[in-house]
Amino acid sequence: MAAVTALSETPAAASAGRPSGMQTRRRRRLNVFRYLVFTVFGLFFVLPLLAMARFSLEGAKLGTWSLSAWRQIASFQGIGVPPLLSAIEITLELAAITCVVTLVLLVPTMIWIRLRVQWLARTVEFLCLLPLTIPAIVLVVGLGSIYNRIQHYELSALMLFWVYVILALPYAYRALAAGLNAIDVTTLSEAARSLGASWFTVIVRVIAPNMRQAILNALILTASLVLGEFTIAYLLLYDNLQVELYSISRSTPNAGVIFSTSFAALLFAFVLLLILSYAGRLRRGRG
Amino acid sequence: MNALVAAAKKEGTLNVIALPPTWANYGAILSAFTAKYGIKINSANPTGTSQQEVDAVKTENGTAKAPDVLDIGMAVALANTNLFAPYEVSTWSSIPTAQKAPNGIWVQDYGGYMAVGYSSKFGTITSLNQLLGPQFKNAVALNGNPTSANAGLNGVMMANLAEGGTADNIADGVSFFSKLKAAGNFSPISATGATIKAGTTPVVFNWDYLNLPSYVGVSNWKVFIPSNVALGGYYAQAINKNAPDPAAARLWEEFLYSQAASGGQNLWLEGGARPVEQAAMQSNGSINTAAASKLPAVTVTPTFLSPTQATDAANYLAANWAKAIG
Amino acid sequence: MAVAATTETGARPSWSGRRPSAPAWAGTVPFFAYVGVFLLWPTGIVVVDALKNPNGSWAFSNISELGDPLVRGYFIGSFKLCLLSSVSGAVFGAILAYAVASGNPDGMVRRLYLAISGVLAQFGGVTLAFAFLVLLGPVGLLFHASWYFDFPWGIGLIYTYFQIPLMVLVFLPAIDGLKVQWREASENLGASAWQYWRYVGGPLLAPAFLGTTLLLFANALSAFATIEAWENQIAYIVPQQISTALSSEVGLSNVNVADLLALGMVIMVAIVMTGYALLQRRAARWLR
Repeated sequence: MAAVTALSETPAAASAGRPSGMQTRRRRRLNVFRYLVFTVFGLFFVLPLLAMARFSLEGAKLGTWSLSAWRQIASFQGIGVPPLLSAIEITLELAAITCVVTLVLLVPTMIWIRLRVQWLARTVEFLCLLPLTIPAIVLVVGLGSIYNRIQHYELSALMLFWVYVILALPYAYRALAAGLNAIDVTTLSEAARSLGASWFTVIVRVIAPNMRQAILNALILTASLVLGEFTIAYLLLYDNLQVELYSISRSTPNAGVIFSTSFAALLFAFVLLLILSYAGRLRRGRG
Repeated sequence: MNALVAAAKKEGTLNVIALPPTWANYGAILSAFTAKYGIKINSANPTGTSQQEVDAVKTENGTAKAPDVLDIGMAVALANTNLFAPYEVSTWSSIPTAQKAPNGIWVQDYGGYMAVGYSSKFGTITSLNQLLGPQFKNAVALNGNPTSANAGLNGVMMANLAEGGTADNIADGVSFFSKLKAAGNFSPISATGATIKAGTTPVVFNWDYLNLPSYVGVSNWKVFIPSNVALGGYYAQAINKNAPDPAAARLWEEFLYSQAASGGQNLWLEGGARPVEQAAMQSNGSINTAAASKLPAVTVTPTFLSPTQATDAANYLAANWAKAIG
Repeated sequence: MAVAATTETGARPSWSGRRPSAPAWAGTVPFFAYVGVFLLWPTGIVVVDALKNPNGSWAFSNISELGDPLVRGYFIGSFKLCLLSSVSGAVFGAILAYAVASGNPDGMVRRLYLAISGVLAQFGGVTLAFAFLVLLGPVGLLFHASWYFDFPWGIGLIYTYFQIPLMVLVFLPAIDGLKVQWREASENLGASAWQYWRYVGGPLLAPAFLGTTLLLFANALSAFATIEAWENQIAYIVPQQISTALSSEVGLSNVNVADLLALGMVIMVAIVMTGYALLQRRAARWLR
């Protein structure tokens, strides 16, 4: 059963061999627009980051430079506080598990609803918005009783993934929905079914590959959510990356440490997500 | 005592919560305890509030991670006595009667007086009314929102007492901050080490042990307490009724209240906080005089808010604070 | 992943014989089971507690407290801030997403922007508020914005910082779905760029655009670490008041009030979602 490839082509490839004039003018206007947009938005995003970085390199007196805030991340030896590396490890594992469970839970369900159970669409949409409407501090009160029971088995912080999937639902749902709406699911599935495919094949080998960008974006959103999640881990007294970084920053009077830890976390997440975005390319090669 | 030490060592761990290492020298206290008894300390949630400590006791009840001991504000302590186990440390008699529960269900441990910390670029400040001057534009901040944070409420109360108000009615304090706001001097930012260092909040109302230059992380930081006011606030120790390590918990309290040169009371003193046994230690000479002399001078009798006064103040603030500084 | 197996007339089944057919909705059971345990049950606890007194007895009249002018003010504040940041985030984010989408799909620019957006979409809290404080605050490095502490403008700007990347990430697949052939077809028919967007591109993107704006709205709704670090002396929005109700150190803690406010937020989102659903139906008619 051949995977049906994406139907939209790159603008660059498409415009090769086209009549010039209107196309090249439009392309030129588009490029100007793109560079303008990238510059303006780039500035907007970079300035606060620069301010943070500058402050993290601040010395004891304003105006001097010092690497001490960064060195303190590496050298932190807390009392009874787990080292940074184990927090990183746990968070990475959590990210992986959460991504997998979210996708496995959402993608088939959304496709299935689109195809066969349309009347549930609005309900699922609302449910996937609900986690955002309840602040974490309140959710923890409700979750407390469940987690109390889980904690009796002394499982590790990996148990947080149950909640993280719920937190990721709104973002993953929207990203997947945008991709799902852009393809003609009904036609694709009917074509595949008439050729004898099982529902599993339809979902996994026909429709999902057409949602590649959407799935990738959902993965990026989920991963970055787990990497950046602080409140629930903090309130349930688990030690993930952000909680650990926060502890480091609170255990020293050097105000710059909270910024060096924050910036380090951002860089770390950025590199990871960049690597993740290459995963999309690998799959394309094999298809 | 030896039996207690043996039992605690057998348990091997102690769960504490909400003890930042830089707060009142807790870092040194935690290491000193582990060094002395070899008991590993699990310090959870160093940045938690008193309410979060109590919530953790309830949520983690029955697990091995539950906090053994709590260091909490008085309001939260009084509201949750059903969670604690009574215990009287060996130095019980050195603690003033007003600062402990008669049955030992809670006992105060250290505290300080509400002060104003400020950047030395302002020269020397001797009275609160100076803060209404034009050079303090956008400069004066509290440590937290008075309607929810204990330090914030006491900051307003301190202004209240300095302006001639009484502990029963916080209205004068609120009007002082109203005047600050009208002059454009009140900053709504939550003051942190970072904002102080960046110069965004150069004047901060906070407990004196949190206004130490070493805690704040800025060297040109000065502290003053208004001459006619000494508003004290002490924290309280309590032991979790269902503590996973009950012997370690009690040993920890013994350590905290010990009057030895490297015991808890003197270590707190080194952190700029006033230990609860200070008066007794001054009489029997066990106090670290060098550290004691570094505390900001206080000339009047200290005032402590009673639970009713604190609640009345909180209710008044809940109704009027937003309007006063809005 | 259990998917209900049904035989269809007209399809050539790859299995023989009759199978008992399960209803179609059975395929959604895993999803609903998971959501039921980890989302609906905690929410249920919150809703139930909202209607109780601190001593545990029922107090359905609590819900009338949501009509209290002070409480209404918090909800209006939340609504204003969410509306401002979601609309500005959506509009600017859509522009940026279009710029990213119109480049090479495999190129470095797209990857970089996706990774950056992923990181910045979840960036917030104390560090973000501080960065803006240092840039635009009272001792600002760039300049002092006099409106910085005006609600909702100052904090709205800060919220937009993470709303835009979120929009880019979520909306990008929709823009990718605009086939190049459609643009060329419309140009071959003589349509201008404006006409293309008005009759082809716009209607096609409208559902995803509205849906993502809704997401941005909800995203801004429960955020509170950022605004707490921006200023914490006045409670403008509901989460700030919830935090006071939950973790007050001065004895004003009241879990039931916190739960009641959370219930109010759920109701508010339900109302917003209804408006959104109506808008969607409008947009769908536009598409026909």
